[in-house]
Amino acid sequence: MSLIHVRDLRKSFRVSERAPGMVGAFAGLVRRRCRIVEALAGVTFDVEAGEIVGYIGPNGAGKSTTIKVLSGILVPDSGECLVGSRVPWRDRLNHVRDLGVVFGQRTQLWWDLPVTESFDLLRAIYGVPRRDFAERRELLVELLCIGRLLNTPVRQLSLGERMRCDIAAALLHGPRILFLDEPTIGLDAPSKLAVRDFIRRLVREQGTTVILTTHDLDDIEALCTRVLLIAAGRVLMDGTLDSLRETVTHERRLTLDLTEAAEIREPGARVVYAEGSRVVLAFDPEETSAPDLVARIAARYAVRDLFIHSVPIDEIVAALYAEHAT
Amino acid sequence: MSAYAAVIGARFRVLLQYRAAAFAGFVTQIFWGWIRLMVFQAFYQSSAAPQPMSLPQVADYIWLGQAMLAMFPWNVDGEIRDMVRTGRVAYEMLRPADVYWVWFCRAVAQRTAPTLLRAVPLLALALVFFGMRTPPGAAEALWFAACLAGALLISSAVSTILNITLLWTVAGDGIARLAPSLILITSGMIVPVPFFPVPIRRVIEALPFRGVNDLPFRVYSGHIPATQAWQVLTQQLAWTMVLVLFGRWLMARGLKRMVVQGG
Amino acid sequence: MSAGSLAEHLRLACRYAGVSVRSQLQYRASFVMLALSQFVVTAIEFVGIWALFLRFGSLRGWTLAEVAVLYGMVHVSFALAEAAGRGFDLFPGCVRMGDFDRILLRPRSTVFQIAVQEFQIMRLGRFTQGVAALAWGAAAVHAVWTVVGVLAVAIGVATGAAIFYALFVLQGTLAFWTVETLEIMNTVTYGGTEAAQYPLSIYRGWLRTLFTFVVPLACANYLPAGWVFGRADAPGLPVLIVCPVVGAAFLGVCLWLWRFGEKRYVSTGN
Repeated sequence: MSLIHVRDLRKSFRVSERAPGMVGAFAGLVRRRCRIVEALAGVTFDVEAGEIVGYIGPNGAGKSTTIKVLSGILVPDSGECLVGSRVPWRDRLNHVRDLGVVFGQRTQLWWDLPVTESFDLLRAIYGVPRRDFAERRELLVELLCIGRLLNTPVRQLSLGERMRCDIAAALLHGPRILFLDEPTIGLDAPSKLAVRDFIRRLVREQGTTVILTTHDLDDIEALCTRVLLIAAGRVLMDGTLDSLRETVTHERRLTLDLTEAAEIREPGARVVYAEGSRVVLAFDPEETSAPDLVARIAARYAVRDLFIHSVPIDEIVAALYAEHAT
Repeated sequence: MSAYAAVIGARFRVLLQYRAAAFAGFVTQIFWGWIRLMVFQAFYQSSAAPQPMSLPQVADYIWLGQAMLAMFPWNVDGEIRDMVRTGRVAYEMLRPADVYWVWFCRAVAQRTAPTLLRAVPLLALALVFFGMRTPPGAAEALWFAACLAGALLISSAVSTILNITLLWTVAGDGIARLAPSLILITSGMIVPVPFFPVPIRRVIEALPFRGVNDLPFRVYSGHIPATQAWQVLTQQLAWTMVLVLFGRWLMARGLKRMVVQGG
Repeated sequence: MSAGSLAEHLRLACRYAGVSVRSQLQYRASFVMLALSQFVVTAIEFVGIWALFLRFGSLRGWTLAEVAVLYGMVHVSFALAEAAGRGFDLFPGCVRMGDFDRILLRPRSTVFQIAVQEFQIMRLGRFTQGVAALAWGAAAVHAVWTVVGVLAVAIGVATGAAIFYALFVLQGTLAFWTVETLEIMNTVTYGGTEAAQYPLSIYRGWLRTLFTFVVPLACANYLPAGWVFGRADAPGLPVLIVCPVVGAAFLGVCLWLWRFGEKRYVSTGN
């Protein structure tokens, strides 16, 4: 039995609307109009222990709704959901004891308190035995390099520092499952790398299961072996990044740095981007072999440098989103 | 001028959104009015000595007080407080309109919209069911209307001054919190001014605040005769002028201070 | 309550309170100003009462000193409830900003977490003027203060605090449905304080019934103090037992209603 088991989850919300202008304002006094939004229209997937799963989709696709259901803080209209053989919303207290959640936009730490006091408070709330807590805390502090931040009030931390402290806070009680919601949003490059490094290590050494919801596809590319794509309340794609890529296109790209700007025209290759001395070509490796194309280009044009790569994941996902726009 | 009208219109729309709050506020005030009325009734039953106002006059006073509650300079404008805190108030200075008058008109807008919404139904109920009387004659009614406008002006001027004190962040905050309660008692909201012992009454009479509640309400019931009501209006307008001038002076100093501090 | 002993929860509550107080003391100047302004705002009311007694002499047989005792008791009760119940006061904001999700993600009862969130020390303002009025009134009153009498006042204050606290919980519960209901609760809390400053006997039937049987503020000051002054409306009523029981029951009901709000929240996703 997989750790997280979701079958045909459905959830709809009522959203109230108001007509614009003065007339609408007065009408709103008497009656409110409602519209039904179907956030989850039959979501199904399984997650095994120790996986890092990326959960992506356009805005309004149902990502946060799914995470809320899995967390036990939202009751679905219908469908099955089991996390570690518990139904999340029925057994909330026991379920959340084994769960860590990090929201990128909001901190769970106490704003005016030094970080270490927040940690102590969390220890008391979760009822973690002191010895376990001390060990785990030391490890997390070391791995996330937050030692010198411990006595700083949270409100004085930079975004990157706060995020690392939040991640530590979410793991202090040793949960088996970690939900990360936009964990690297607004972070600078070194912080992002630090966070990604940490998550990889966490999964490898502790066997924590991670579900990562994000719009930052570099995160996905760096961390996730498996990606779930949700749009309009349904899981459209469930597989590796490469298989995701394959469903959209087989194309590969050839980026050229020319010694001087030139117009490139070559059979079997399409210009995708041309600015100054940089040109990006797209080609189908099944029709045009890569070495062949490189040889032809190098012969015809003055090339200073070149490299071959896949279509950037951003473009893939954008194409997928566009296809299934809500 | 249309800019100012737009401000008032926007306020109306915001208020209408909060229909439950509007109704709840309405109920609160009826409740409050009844409590005060019953307390006074009990007091009147406890003593045969002559009192400065008759019980029916006190009753009118109480219901008017509840109806006109929104006109009172209660709290500072939250938006202005935020503007000062974040430094956005600097943009106010860059606008073509005179900052003081913009703020004054905001204060007026914040007082007219909610007052109208609450006063009309509340007074209707009070007049029909709660035993409130109409003014003794047309003269009293007209003078009351005029004095109400005067009260609005004083209240807006006072409120604008309180908002201006926010430019002095820490001290301003303290003043903004303390002032309404001191104004409360000196305006006659808690107890009509004639009931206070003489020494306190002297102090109150030297202040502008009774022009917001005490004076207009007593014009309504005829406790201040219509022949003397012009004095009330004159006083109100005079005080308004003083408060406006003081406010403008204060604002000039406040803005200068802000510029100096790079606020 | 979740699994975990009462002692454990009390320890946790104390820890939260310590955190909250230390947090507020960081802004010391602000606290002093807030407490002072609260003192003035609430004391103003008594000035009005004093002025009226100067005019009328008595209030249906009650003297100023006796009313001061009533006044002091209800304000101390309210101040205690305000200080401890601040979490519920802030709750509508909590729901609106989506912070309740975080509360649900912690393995503790939600009502407990909200309850311990903050202990607001600026309420010392109202508390102090209440104590002052109570002390003056108790000294000036023509009654002999026995141990039982003092106990009655203490029980009344505690009962009042429990009732006001219960109203804050109720106010928080209502926030699950709409954030627009604050004022209707203020009617009962502030209105209740206002009404209970005076002896309940002076009010008309509907108000008396409201504050005796619906929101039992009569048990907070009127019945205990009335019993001490020999003025009880209901002689023979074992005030020392009935009042705290009624207060506790009221609190219990309001706490119980919270779970319906929580159920709604997790069903509709707020």
